[in-house]
Amino acid sequence: MPETMTTQPAAAAGEQRAATTIDITDLTCTFTSKRKRTTALTDVSLSVEAGEFVSIVGPSGCGKSTLLKIVAGLVPPSSGDVRLLGNPVTGPQREIGFAFQRAALLEWRGVRANILLQAEMRNMDKRQAAARADQLIELTGLTGFESALPHELSGGMQQRVALCRALLHEPPVLLMDEPFGALDALTREHMNVELHRIWRETGTTVVLVTHSIAEAVYLGQRVVVMTPRPGRIERVYDVDLPAVRDYGATMSSSTFEELAREIRVLLGASGHHG
Amino acid sequence: MPEVISRAAPPAPETDEAPARRTAAQRVIQLLDAVWRPALLLVLLVFGWWAITAAEVFPAYLVPAPGDVANELIEEREMLARHTWVTTYETVLGFLLAAAIGMLAAVLIVYSPTLEKALYPLILFAQVIPKIAIAPILVVWFGFGPMPKVILAVLIAFFPVVVSGVAGLRSTDPELLDLSATMGASRWKTFRKIRFPNALPHLLSGLKVAVTLAVVGAVVGEFVGADEGLGYVLLLASGNLNSSLLFADLILMSALGVVLFVMVEVAEKLLIPWHASRRQGVPLTTS
Repeated sequence: MPETMTTQPAAAAGEQRAATTIDITDLTCTFTSKRKRTTALTDVSLSVEAGEFVSIVGPSGCGKSTLLKIVAGLVPPSSGDVRLLGNPVTGPQREIGFAFQRAALLEWRGVRANILLQAEMRNMDKRQAAARADQLIELTGLTGFESALPHELSGGMQQRVALCRALLHEPPVLLMDEPFGALDALTREHMNVELHRIWRETGTTVVLVTHSIAEAVYLGQRVVVMTPRPGRIERVYDVDLPAVRDYGATMSSSTFEELAREIRVLLGASGHHG
Repeated sequence: MPEVISRAAPPAPETDEAPARRTAAQRVIQLLDAVWRPALLLVLLVFGWWAITAAEVFPAYLVPAPGDVANELIEEREMLARHTWVTTYETVLGFLLAAAIGMLAAVLIVYSPTLEKALYPLILFAQVIPKIAIAPILVVWFGFGPMPKVILAVLIAFFPVVVSGVAGLRSTDPELLDLSATMGASRWKTFRKIRFPNALPHLLSGLKVAVTLAVVGAVVGEFVGADEGLGYVLLLASGNLNSSLLFADLILMSALGVVLFVMVEVAEKLLIPWHASRRQGVPLTTS
């Protein structure tokens, strides 16, 4: 889907910035409640290139979800600089697709109508959006369930709908906050394979926050490991695996196993969670 | 990935097609099944009532026989229909106004913290003040026409609308609001497509309470000062010790409340079938 990159207006501005899609510099985020101040993130700096797939792993409460929300402009940072497609992030960003841990679907809408919410909110061309929705429904294997309501779907299918919705407007950037966290292991593997394929086919820049080391390594070109609160970037691994990855072959490759073990040790050493 | 789908599929076709295929006969059976228990109870109660009057436990001017009441309903049908219409008109108008004003207040409260601080104490005050005590003032201000009754119905009915509306609008999943923000949606669009439909189940249960209260408001208004309406007939009948008419009037008032309640329930079924049918739980977040 080469048209993905041409539809977004920021592409021209991004070119002279060496195609850096997300640029985070010295980011700090502190929440103040009545009782105490919590530092969620300190000194986070990260750049994500266009078309890259970056996974972020870390123990619970390390601020990785907060980091994603800051990039999306949903949470303001306390200090530091965040740029998306070359523009400073000051409010909610429109040039992104966001997938949440829960599917966050509208209960009263069927699959297709839920996906098309994106188009309605953005005033997209109706016919184009409908065609694109059909395409995505087919791509994610939701054919035959177009009018099913969310409560009639399994967790995996709900997440597919959420994924379709996040991709409908062909966003240059896809931010995913533990989208498969609530799924069973088998469904999760299938979704990983699908996400890998979708990323390959659309060339979208993806940032995936996850608890699963296997998921992070299988999907990511780079894996960012974070420390427990206050969240910092502990290490960034380059994943030395082929761009097109077969699930079974990748899982049993020595490169995968070594990297996964290394990350596991690192996470085990930096906290009790894993 | 066909194997994933086949594993996930079973619930969908069943819930999807079963209601559409139901035949008329099955519907009748279902309706009878829902109705026979309360109907039987009602028959037993009427029988007990009849037994008491037949045994002349109480004098007839205190407790009329069911047959006398039925006679009254038939013989005075024109007069009773006219007064029922008046009360219905006052109730429905009061209810609709209460629904509109209550919703508006709920929206203002949810969207503006300043207005919440200003409005909420006033609304609470309007709720705790004894409505029956205001009725005479309203009659002094607005006379014997339908106006004071409608206002009383509004005053009584709008509180549950406000409370349920606020609860409904506040119950929106914050992730849906975040999502809406990343879609660049305007506040109005977020309200129309996400917040309002999400609030409907709450709101409708508030409206069901409100509609029964609206009847009370209208009737109380008629007690205080009226020359027509079921409340007026009730006062007249009790003044004349006409217990048959009194009971007939009471039956009509209850019937009015029930009919209006059922109408809101039907509206609920039509508006939020997705909610009523929500039986299989949606998987919850794990961490």
